[in-house]
Amino acid sequence: MSATAILVGMPAWAQAAPLQYLSGAGAKATPVVWLTWGVLLIAIAVVMVIAALLVGAIWHRPGTGWTPGERGVLLPHDSGLNWIWIGVGVSALVLLCSVVWTIKVLAEIEGPSARTAVTIEVTGRQWWWQVRYLDDDPARQFTTANEIHIPTGVPVRLRLTGGDVIHSFWVPRLAGKMDAIPGQTNETWIEADAPGTYRGQCTEYCGLEHARMGFEVVAQTPADFRKWRARQLALPSPVQGNALAGQQDFVAHCGGCHRVRGTDANGALGPDLSHLMLRTTLASATLANTKANLARWVSDPQSLKPGSLMPAPELSQSELADVLAYLRTLD
Amino acid sequence: MAERIRLKTSLPVGAMDMRASGWWAMIFTVFTEASLFAYLLFTYYYLAVQPHVPGTFPEGGAPSLALALPDTIVLLASSVAVGWAQLGIEHGSRWRLTAGLGTGAALGVIFLVVQAYEWATKPFGLSSTPYSSLYYVITGFHMAHVIVGVLMLLALTWWSAMGYFNSRRFAHIHIGALYWHFVDAVWIAVFFTFYITPLLGLKA
Amino acid sequence: MTASDYERVPSVAVAGGGLPDRLRRIWETAPGLYGWLATVDHKEIGIRYIITAFAFLIAGGVEALIFRLQLSWSNMTLLSPEQYDQLFTMHGMTMIFLYAGPVLSGFSNYLWPLLLGARDMALPRLNAISYWIYLCAGIFLYAAFAIGFGPNVGWFNYVPLAARAYNNGPNIDLYSLGMILLGVSTTVGSINFIVTFLRLRAPGMSINRVPILIWGTLTASAANIFAIPAVSLAFFLLWMDRNLGTHFFDVTAGGSALLWQHLFWMFGHPWVYAIVLPAMGMVSDGLPVFCRRPLVGYTVVALATVATMVLGFGVWVHHMFATGLPGVSLSFFSAASIIIALPSAVGVFAWLATIWTGRPVFTTPFLFFASFIILFTIGGVSGYMTGSVPVDWQLTDTYFVVAHLHYVLIGINVFPVVGATYFWFPKMTGRMMDERLGRWNFWTMFVGFNLGFFPMHVSGLLGMPRRIYTYSEGMGWDWVNLVTTAGTFLFAAGVLIFIWNVVRSLGRGAPAGDNPWDAPTLEWATTSPPPVYNFEIIPTVASRHPLWEDRLDRANDEERSHVGAGLVLDHGREALGTTALDARPDVILKMPGDTLVPLLLALSMTLLAIGLALVNWWVVVVAGGFIASCIMAWLWPEAALGETAEPASRETRNG
Repeated sequence: MSATAILVGMPAWAQAAPLQYLSGAGAKATPVVWLTWGVLLIAIAVVMVIAALLVGAIWHRPGTGWTPGERGVLLPHDSGLNWIWIGVGVSALVLLCSVVWTIKVLAEIEGPSARTAVTIEVTGRQWWWQVRYLDDDPARQFTTANEIHIPTGVPVRLRLTGGDVIHSFWVPRLAGKMDAIPGQTNETWIEADAPGTYRGQCTEYCGLEHARMGFEVVAQTPADFRKWRARQLALPSPVQGNALAGQQDFVAHCGGCHRVRGTDANGALGPDLSHLMLRTTLASATLANTKANLARWVSDPQSLKPGSLMPAPELSQSELADVLAYLRTLD
Repeated sequence: MAERIRLKTSLPVGAMDMRASGWWAMIFTVFTEASLFAYLLFTYYYLAVQPHVPGTFPEGGAPSLALALPDTIVLLASSVAVGWAQLGIEHGSRWRLTAGLGTGAALGVIFLVVQAYEWATKPFGLSSTPYSSLYYVITGFHMAHVIVGVLMLLALTWWSAMGYFNSRRFAHIHIGALYWHFVDAVWIAVFFTFYITPLLGLKA
Repeated sequence: MTASDYERVPSVAVAGGGLPDRLRRIWETAPGLYGWLATVDHKEIGIRYIITAFAFLIAGGVEALIFRLQLSWSNMTLLSPEQYDQLFTMHGMTMIFLYAGPVLSGFSNYLWPLLLGARDMALPRLNAISYWIYLCAGIFLYAAFAIGFGPNVGWFNYVPLAARAYNNGPNIDLYSLGMILLGVSTTVGSINFIVTFLRLRAPGMSINRVPILIWGTLTASAANIFAIPAVSLAFFLLWMDRNLGTHFFDVTAGGSALLWQHLFWMFGHPWVYAIVLPAMGMVSDGLPVFCRRPLVGYTVVALATVATMVLGFGVWVHHMFATGLPGVSLSFFSAASIIIALPSAVGVFAWLATIWTGRPVFTTPFLFFASFIILFTIGGVSGYMTGSVPVDWQLTDTYFVVAHLHYVLIGINVFPVVGATYFWFPKMTGRMMDERLGRWNFWTMFVGFNLGFFPMHVSGLLGMPRRIYTYSEGMGWDWVNLVTTAGTFLFAAGVLIFIWNVVRSLGRGAPAGDNPWDAPTLEWATTSPPPVYNFEIIPTVASRHPLWEDRLDRANDEERSHVGAGLVLDHGREALGTTALDARPDVILKMPGDTLVPLLLALSMTLLAIGLALVNWWVVVVAGGFIASCIMAWLWPEAALGETAEPASRETRNG
């Protein structure tokens, strides 16, 4: 059953929030959306009932005013116990049903129902996501960053780990959180029904730029996904002119941390920038990947993400322009 | 109205045996200290089941019982000595009290010396591996407790020699002894964890 | 030496005559600065606890207001990320450790002996040191913040972010040592409460006759002594990892990052209950007074208090649902976390039934206590939601959880505490607080709180993660955050009105009399404020409501409580020790008087923490020497406390 069915009552502004999880978009998220609405409505109902009882209790037989120190009339104290038995009895029933539903959903989403199409290793790092597509054939493995492409309609296996501190991987429309913890690998899976871009975010506090540690999951039809994957495996086309000068500057100044497959830039500390221009965002989904934003980000990362581990490059204006020209060729 | 609450029998006055507030406070101090050691041992077992470089948990193989076992017996003997002292003062024997406490403290010191020697002869240091960290920190926590216990026993020995206690006033003795018995008992748990469980096959 | 120095038949008398003067001379604290520093009077210590805790509440509140401004709209740049991180960590640490726990210790310290009909706590010197260490630890932690090295990785301080490799400054070392120091304070305080409960109840006050506040604090204290070692140990091991190169949490060398989380939450979850159960107890005792009837279901509520805590030790993993634990263990902890709502339901229905079957009188304390029921319910049901693992995987680490924990901590701690202040202020000061200001106070706080914190549920459901210093436009969170910020400022205004009312009423409040609310328990049987010795005559208790007996129970009932006639203990500072369950007279305890040793010991322990912070072994050794000397002085057997054989009898066996 599509979870959008229960969206009827949800206002448009809420649906538009990229990280909301009151509607889901895949086999992993849907049963949880139902459960979330279920317990949410139970919770609201309980609050309403208790509020009504409280208001009733206060107003149905108010006492007279109070005079300091006066010894007033007292009421007998043998009544009222039934409130507890009935209240607790009903609560127990609701809680028990909730436990059963919870465990049922837990079992349902524990493993994917079908064979997974792709296995992706995601490593949380301060403050970006390294994404590595695994394959039995080492030549078909590749690394990218902050943007995870998946085929629609099939489960995708994720292997999560922390590259430095603990992070938490969360794409609310597709699945709940799973921590990325150094020293251990947590397996989980996601699945998207329809093509689209699903926003993700680190949700375990991980230091200065925890707030700016987003990412995107791009779900594509299997055919589009195959095309994207083939493109990722392709080597960069040769460059010339400004871009060639830029490439040399890039290798010299940026290649210690960043990698571009097929060049001498081989760093592993920062995101792999191969095919950078295929990504829709920069700096962990902080900025749209536009020409102007790329220039802003490369020239002055610390003003956009204070504390980011990327320093401002020691490049002259013309060198910077060359590097930017080069980066724009990485498609 | 007052007749319902009139007491016909007399009440003890002051810090009297197990009626002393300090005795009750020590019971709960022991509970909280016992929890501390429970969490320390939890830490040991939790880290024991994590993956390790082969041969590092326990580092250098199961630790030898050659010194640890006799040392354990020394510590248990000290509890016996202190217990003998406690019974002594309950029967009014100040001599037994002083001698028993003194013997308990002396045996505690022997335990510490042997432990220190064992520390000194370990081939690894505090920061070699998780196991080495656990070994020094947990036995170190225990030694710190033994040191406190020995100081306590020495103070009690001194006070009993000064004639502070008799067959009615000995709450201090029981309070201090309770701590000492706890320190000895908790060693059994530490000893079992470090020296016996590796022999039972708990190896990484 | 006669047998009578070891035992005596206490005399029985009717209150009055020269007894009050005599008792005052025996119990009075010395005047001047010395007396102020050396007092062991539980009432003095309790009030200091409360005032200090409120000072920290204000500090933590100001921190929150600053970062609420930062969050009120997207892309604000009022604070740098580092400033934001220290502020939110200080806020959490302050509220949870320096306000919520200590304020309840303060009320309990003040109230326990009065509720129990005792002269003081069982261990008055332990009481004093508990406060002094708390004060020192608070100053220690705030001094670190003042010099720019406040904790900066959240109050639960996860490794490896808190490890040396990712946090090279002294911030985390200072936090660790401050927390260990605070742990000592809470531990000794808890031991004191437990022993007082077991030994110092008035004769006849069997355990089924103690007020619910006693059950709440007792349960919290019992939990503390088992739970606090976990967190103190965790912080100590972290300090070792950071300074001495051990590998407990160092994953690169075979340690474990999750070990920290287990140790922290084994403590953390019981602690959450420890900082709400006594407050729930205050409501259980205070609310019925304004309903003109005793609490419905005393026994069930007392058992539910204990049951909550027992279950509370089995739910720590619900803070770790997303750490990749196996499904079976998740199911167990999920079920436990949902079922723990049952004992809370007992309380809710007991309070509702008490109001329903009573005749509520709308005083300010009633407003706070009654509104607490609905706030508790909201915090409870959001907790129930997070207990469901798959739902928690969505809710956890979002503002939904922030909403939940604020409904729990403000709803179940701050509201009852403010209500309790209105309720017991007359007892503490002899003056009433202003009722008209009280209404303003209540409605400002109630509206402000819900306006500020209810929308956090919404921002949470819209996916706003907690602990982010800012967010982009287009996330859909702007308006809801603006409302939240506005609400928190309104709430803060309510707190200001409260403080103003306290200050104003201290000088200008109407005289209260002994029992202004016509309440049933023993504290209202003595004067307002109570004399230094609490009760002239040791009260004798025959029911849960000694001051209501003549109006509630059958007139021909033989058993009656007595507060004006009974045992006189006036051979020096004396208190009556009673048996643990039935409270039969068991021993006449000699109580210690003024002493500076607790203060000196607390200062020595703080020096030790400073030495460890500096990793300066000389300071550590000197502090250790001071500590040993103080303990020696403390425990030195004293004749006045009935701890030594009388010199004359040393040579002879006593018969």
